[in-house]
Amino acid sequence: MIALLLRDLRLAVRAGGGFGLGLAFFLIVTVLVPFGVGPETALLSSIAPGVLWLGALLACLLSLDRIFALDWEDGTLDLLATAPLPLEAVVSVKALAHWLTTGLPLVLVAPLLGVLLNLAPQGYLWLLVSLALGTPALSVLGTFGAALTVGLKRGGLLLSLLVLPLYVPSLIFGAEVARRGALGMELTTPLLLLAGISAGVIALLPFASAAVLRVNLR
Amino acid sequence: MAASEKLNSLWSYANPRKFLAVTERMLPGLWALSGACLIVGLIWGFFLTPDDYRQGSTVKIIYLHVPSALMAINGWLMMLVMSLIWLIRRHHVSALAARAAAPIGATMTVIALVTGAIWGQPMWGTWWAWDPRLTSFLILFLFYLGYMALWSAIEEPDTAADLTSVLCLVGSVFALLSRYAVNFWNQGLHQGASLSLDKKENVADVFYIPLLVCIAGFVLLFIALVFYRTGTEIRARRIRALEARERAGA
Repeated sequence: MIALLLRDLRLAVRAGGGFGLGLAFFLIVTVLVPFGVGPETALLSSIAPGVLWLGALLACLLSLDRIFALDWEDGTLDLLATAPLPLEAVVSVKALAHWLTTGLPLVLVAPLLGVLLNLAPQGYLWLLVSLALGTPALSVLGTFGAALTVGLKRGGLLLSLLVLPLYVPSLIFGAEVARRGALGMELTTPLLLLAGISAGVIALLPFASAAVLRVNLR
Repeated sequence: MAASEKLNSLWSYANPRKFLAVTERMLPGLWALSGACLIVGLIWGFFLTPDDYRQGSTVKIIYLHVPSALMAINGWLMMLVMSLIWLIRRHHVSALAARAAAPIGATMTVIALVTGAIWGQPMWGTWWAWDPRLTSFLILFLFYLGYMALWSAIEEPDTAADLTSVLCLVGSVFALLSRYAVNFWNQGLHQGASLSLDKKENVADVFYIPLLVCIAGFVLLFIALVFYRTGTEIRARRIRALEARERAGA
């Protein structure tokens, strides 16, 4: 498992494109928002948590189809499916690798982009916490979507149509935590719900992803 | 003994030939009955009930709004059951029925959203509000869209049936999660349930009975449409099999 994780990380870093692109996309979305809604700092700081969450979510979406696509093309996936490692574990490792190369950098860079959007000072910590708790769920859900569409020629657009509705609960609770954090309000309930969704998704969804992948490899 | 016979007879409709034979015999009756219910219910509801003392005549859109919303949700539930049957027992008819039901359910969702908007404009003063019920219906519509898109994207029929079934299961969980998540996210403008079994206070009787007739009409219409479309799907697959055989022969 660790070997597979290291291999995926190495591939992501050396092949390039993967996580650098996601970060650049996140930056561009954040830069474009003030052009769209105007430069008033009060307005920007009130929408900052939601915009940052949305930007991170979209950036996460960008690299999803790469999770399985390359391994599918060169047949690695067939080998992994016949390997002694259960496919559920393979899927989990893939999700973890995606999170480490996409989710984690997004989490770390989000506070910097918060500066651009004039996020309230007390909001940085909670923005970090909510993204750190929420993005693993995004990666795991995205792995499920990628497993569904792996055999398709042009799966990219379909992938976003399938995955985005699944992101709704995480987005609602995550953005709510960040917003309440920025306003200095009580935020235990949404925080626990966000963490609960992530934990449930991480525990259960790999089984669905592996089942779907088996169908696609048949 | 009798129960097991009954169970056997239910599963025997998983045979496409038997399914077609039975539904074909039922279809004319279903069309006629649902048409009659809808005509009676809608005429009764639109012309023979009094106006509400506060909402005026706009209240009458309830005869389209409530039944279609009901069928939108129950359509998804039916797809969920059919998906489970496909995954567990591998009956092709159930996978095709789930596929046939999706566009109908999506249409019902649209009808519910549009009639709601038409009612909301004079009553709430807005076509759309980010109310939990409205929002979760829109999310349900997105799930319908994704489900149908996945069906049409995959060529191999059994693979498509498997993948959409799993998507339906996962989607059900998340549709439910979203339903309660949006409750948390925004307070509602929408009134409470118009109908429920355990509540004393339902819609007043004058509106209640025609509403029930309309709901019966919508349920029957849904069943008839699902039977009809499933039959079409079965025939389409037969044609494909015949063509494949011909090509192999030539």
